[in-house]
Amino acid sequence: MNSPAAHFSLHGRDDGLNPGDVLLDVRNVSLAFGGVKAITDISFDIRKGEIRAIIGPNGAGKTSMLNVINGFYHPQQGTISFRGEARRRMQPHAAAASGIARTFQNVALFKGMSTLDNIMSGRTLKMHRNFFWQLLHVGPARDEEIANRRKVEEIIDFLEIQHIRKTPVGKLPYGLQKRVELGRALAMEPDLLLLDEPMAGMNLEEKEDMSRFILDVNDQFGTTIALIEHDMGVVMDISDRVVVLDYGRKIGDGTPDEVKNNRDVIDAYLGVPH
Amino acid sequence: MDVLYTIFIDPFVQMAEAPDFLLQVVWEGFVAGILYALIALGFVLIYKASGVFNFAQGIMVVFAGLSLVGLHEMGVPALLALIMAIGVMAILAICIEKFVMRPLVGQPDIILLMATIGMTYFLIGLGEFIFGGEPKQMITEELGLPTGSTAFEMDNGGLVILQHIDIAAAVIALIMVGGLAVFFNRTRIGRALRAVADDHTAALSVGISLNQIWAIVWFAAGIVALATGIMWGARSDVSFALEIVALKALPVLILGGFTSIPGAVIGGLIIGIGEKIGEIYWGGLVGGGIESWLAYMIALIFLLFRPQGLFGEKIIERI
Repeated sequence: MNSPAAHFSLHGRDDGLNPGDVLLDVRNVSLAFGGVKAITDISFDIRKGEIRAIIGPNGAGKTSMLNVINGFYHPQQGTISFRGEARRRMQPHAAAASGIARTFQNVALFKGMSTLDNIMSGRTLKMHRNFFWQLLHVGPARDEEIANRRKVEEIIDFLEIQHIRKTPVGKLPYGLQKRVELGRALAMEPDLLLLDEPMAGMNLEEKEDMSRFILDVNDQFGTTIALIEHDMGVVMDISDRVVVLDYGRKIGDGTPDEVKNNRDVIDAYLGVPH
Repeated sequence: MDVLYTIFIDPFVQMAEAPDFLLQVVWEGFVAGILYALIALGFVLIYKASGVFNFAQGIMVVFAGLSLVGLHEMGVPALLALIMAIGVMAILAICIEKFVMRPLVGQPDIILLMATIGMTYFLIGLGEFIFGGEPKQMITEELGLPTGSTAFEMDNGGLVILQHIDIAAAVIALIMVGGLAVFFNRTRIGRALRAVADDHTAALSVGISLNQIWAIVWFAAGIVALATGIMWGARSDVSFALEIVALKALPVLILGGFTSIPGAVIGGLIIGIGEKIGEIYWGGLVGGGIESWLAYMIALIFLLFRPQGLFGEKIIERI
């Protein structure tokens, strides 16, 4: 790779796991909102270093699954183990602290803030100086700010968004907003990166760019990625393994080729009545 | 014609004839404006971070002032009392976050507004219970704040008198505003505050703890309330009447915008100076006493033309 990214690293923590080991294990998870079952008894795993796609028709429970993984929703049954630690209830900021970053289906950026500040906000957990140091804004707090700013500039270079550094993100076109959101997640130096429809609403060129960034992140930093995507061409191209959901249940799991030939999956997509 | 003359010409003639008096009026208005701005600042802080109009900001001013004076009366040295009053505001902030904000998270704004009204009455009761309902003298000298005054002689022989405490109030307000601006724009917590104000979900996803941020915001508003309590208390007394005066911050906020720190300052100054000049030069025409409602009039007229305020964020709904 000849991208500038080769010069810096965004590796997550050294957790003793080797590529291919199970990083996240979802066991028998069920989630319901009142009487509506969003997820029913789903189990699958995500291995370190892979790109794992979660696909399925609308309403299949994909986004609910991501929300469970990063702690927005708390499942009624089942466990989720991240790096071997099992848990059922976890707060989103604790999930973030343990190394899970994400983007959202409908871009959730801080619209009034610049690109730079948005990505800086991803460094929140990397900065430790307390309230009173920050209030003074001198010495260690200042050094810390500068060191983190450097990292953010590297991410901005990597994502090729130098020209919009100071632009309030609310003014950016949709495709660029999605890229800034990816930058904010990358700034967290995550072990597991969750992407909810990173290419929704993009044109072909933007999709190609985004695919390239996702592959580069996975390739160069070894970041494990789980993504939801509707564009089957992209999914089959970039992912190592695919899990398929339909009506809150898992109906397929395997390599892109296996999934493509799975009868249930074909039926679900073509709308064969249940 | 006489009416037109008294409204449109005479006041300006008076101003030109006695510039020293005009200056004195402007200065008085400026000082009042700074105090309005300080109160408005407390509102803006909370509104920015949680979208709540904090009805209790006024009583927080009173409560902070009472704690300071009350502790001193109990025999605590002034500076220690100041530090302990800051501690009281910190505890108050943590309690508000834990017992009011956290259980009501995700509720409509109107519910949160009602909760702050409830807090107001709770704090009035608590304050009277602990410190009694009598107005108290602010411990200005003990805190090392200046008390004298300086008179400047004008070219025409008139005098403009500046109270030192007013000058101190202006300087302290300026430092606070500058500090808050740097804090909001240049630090991690400041960024986290703005992030929370912008999008709760996204803020959570990058590892910002809403609970911590809310506690910090209420604490910052508490510090501003304490500064306001000291300055306002030094000019009059520390009494529960201040709680009503604090509602003067409403027109200031309408003028300056609910989300803007510079807006709070400039709005405060416009209202402060505007109402003093209005009272002195035009008040006599309607029998005086317009100071108490002029601010609301200005805000009302302002609302017609610029509903988002001078510096407020323009609300654009995408359809």
